[in-house]
Amino acid sequence: MSRRQFAAPTRSGDDIPDDTGCTILHVDMDAFYASASLIERPDLHGRPVIIGGGGNRSVVLSATYEARRFGVTSAMPMARARRLCPQAVVLEPDFPRYSQISDAIMATFHSVTDIVEPLSLDEAFLDVGGALRRLGPPTGIAQHLRDTIADEQSITCSVGVAPTKFVAKLASSLAKPDGMIVVPQAEMLGFLHQLPVGALWGVGDRTEEALVRLGLRTVADIAHTPVETLRRALGQASGSHLHDLAWGRDERTVVRQQREKSIGADETFAHDIDDPVAIHRELLRLSDRTAARVRAAGMMGRTVSIKVRFADFTTITRARTLRDPTDVSQEIYATARSLFDALGLQRARIRLVGVRMEGLVESEGAPIQGLLDEPDHGWREADRAVDQASARFGAGAVRPASLVHEVRNGGAGRNQRAERGPQGSRGPGPRAGRPPASGPA
Amino acid sequence: MKFRVERDVLAEAVTWVARGLPARPPVPVLAGVLLEASDEGTITLSAFDYEVSAKVTVVADVAESGTVLVLGRLLADISRNLPARPIDVSSEGNKLQLVCGSSRFSLLMMPSADYPSLPVAPNSSGVLQGDVFTQAVAQVAIAADKGDTLPILTGVRMEIEGDKITLLATDRYRLAMRELTWKPASADASHLALIPARTLSDTARALGASGSVEMALGGSAGGDGLIGFEAGQRRTTTRLLDGEYPKVTSIFPTSVDTESVIETSELVEAVKRVALVAERNTPVRLRFSEGQVTIEAGTGDDAQASEAVEAVLTGPEIEIAFNPQFLLDGLGAVGTAYSRLSFTQPSRPAVLTGQAEADGQPDESYRYVLMPVRFAS
Repeated sequence: MSRRQFAAPTRSGDDIPDDTGCTILHVDMDAFYASASLIERPDLHGRPVIIGGGGNRSVVLSATYEARRFGVTSAMPMARARRLCPQAVVLEPDFPRYSQISDAIMATFHSVTDIVEPLSLDEAFLDVGGALRRLGPPTGIAQHLRDTIADEQSITCSVGVAPTKFVAKLASSLAKPDGMIVVPQAEMLGFLHQLPVGALWGVGDRTEEALVRLGLRTVADIAHTPVETLRRALGQASGSHLHDLAWGRDERTVVRQQREKSIGADETFAHDIDDPVAIHRELLRLSDRTAARVRAAGMMGRTVSIKVRFADFTTITRARTLRDPTDVSQEIYATARSLFDALGLQRARIRLVGVRMEGLVESEGAPIQGLLDEPDHGWREADRAVDQASARFGAGAVRPASLVHEVRNGGAGRNQRAERGPQGSRGPGPRAGRPPASGPA
Repeated sequence: MKFRVERDVLAEAVTWVARGLPARPPVPVLAGVLLEASDEGTITLSAFDYEVSAKVTVVADVAESGTVLVLGRLLADISRNLPARPIDVSSEGNKLQLVCGSSRFSLLMMPSADYPSLPVAPNSSGVLQGDVFTQAVAQVAIAADKGDTLPILTGVRMEIEGDKITLLATDRYRLAMRELTWKPASADASHLALIPARTLSDTARALGASGSVEMALGGSAGGDGLIGFEAGQRRTTTRLLDGEYPKVTSIFPTSVDTESVIETSELVEAVKRVALVAERNTPVRLRFSEGQVTIEAGTGDDAQASEAVEAVLTGPEIEIAFNPQFLLDGLGAVGTAYSRLSFTQPSRPAVLTGQAEADGQPDESYRYVLMPVRFAS
């Protein structure tokens, strides 16, 4: 759902593209959340559907192509999306289902090659260079992936097949929806050069403006501008970078499973709250969730950070680095809570709070400095037991007593609070919020 | 006010009094040092920040008595940097003039009327031997918590029963305990005090050089919540920490499976060297076997180091990992030629004691209990 839409360039001649050397695949599900949610609602096929939180304060996470035709894009405030497309059906996101499908898709990728670089739940680069002898040419592999995912998951995806990551990603976005574009090595420059400058990776609105001022509108214009000129206009690094990309030079290889740098969760309240008790409870829930995810990833983190967004959208973050890395829910909560208390807020109205663990290290074999007075079975062991119970009976099967009244996934917890207080009408104008961190940004 | 004083005398006195002054005091006068010149030929300097008070009296050639309040750190810096000659100090209007050789300084006086009165000079509860006091405090204060998670653990717990004093501090990773004797004013003295470790260290260092240190506790210190020390012409009081110190008696292991005696300096050197490759939060691993202990650090892709040191082993072999700094803190504090390490299990606390001879008995008056580092599974 890129905000930039470009038409796919037409190929000269209608011979079968030569995919020799096109070993990089970029596979991207089409409107992933929307497609996944529609599996359960076949009656909504062909209708505009928006995935996002129910309240007017949430943002669009995904939308079907029928809804996109009205201008709905992801990360757009829900209120605006509803105005653009009043007939759309709005569905709550179903994150457990998405991650379940995502796992299956990733497994499919891994059946083809073990060099898979996931970019998010629904998108990955694959290097199939090592699979050619076994599975045939890249185009065939790409088609096989598309068929398998469509058969097994009932959702469609688009694939870009190219010699480099950057061109593969461009190709898949041009192939959408439910398509495939192969960019043969020999045609790569021709393919690139007819695109507008905005298509290049790293060109946002500002860079595009700067380029247009120089009279550079297409990738070909960039390619034929001396690299020195580009460096002067855009800075050393990004000038050379764009010049390289314009000539199809992209040295990056597909890197297996990127290590997570931080893990966190945040929550936008259904209405602004100022009750410290309620905020503490939310911090506990977010700490608990964050800690569980840190443990599930086999990591420990040393830095706990909190994010607080006030009613007027000013956002602050505070972080504390602990002496030792931890994955213990209680320690994370205690730190998050003391960071929050240290703000010394006098009933400030708060819109969002978040908890995040940074400085992650592998927990396997990590040294833990013991405490003289620690019990043989402490919070660490309690967390392990909770994880086991969750694995068997579902997330949230065991949780802190103060969170017991909340229904699973916290969604209902928000509603309960919403029921207690009035649904305060918020000021007009679009609000750029963020989806819950458990979803993709 | 007008007096003449030797540079060294003034510099030493004001440096000691001003050492604990806050850089940014809540009230401006608290950054000051109070100078009182008496007709008896002495000047008294004092500072107080409601937590710690310090007072010292030195000999001076007083021409005119009086009291002034000036910025303490500034006066300390000036007096330290003046040439080694007598300093003439006099008040003129709202300025304090310092003349030393051809140097002239003029300091603005602060309103001494606003200055809080210092806690009453405490009456002695008993006498400590200066060097013993300094060593004991240094041995224990290393284990006090430097952070602020549990304020109570930033203190040294002092328990007095008759002529026996027990000092104890812990940051929950290690615990240091030292027993010493003193001469109490009354044989049935019984006190329990929690003294901020940093202040106590400063005080013990500054006063320990004297042969004996008077200590005042409880009612003698001018009310509960204060402890006073006095040595020579220096007097200081400190506000005690408030709260319940955690029960620690259960931390001391009740049994010993393995014991090893090692020459302290050799072990210190080896641990320091090997710890060079121990990245932050990673431990040094000690493997005790017959006749030696092997110290290792670093794993896998990182730099690695190992070194063996001669050691006498009693009991089964053991491999145990420690935070190198915590281990070095303890080894640096035992103060004896040989160190004895006692273990039960690699996951349970180890106890460090010192002894003078390789085959002698351990000196149990100082014990350092250290929790090992384990590895997550």
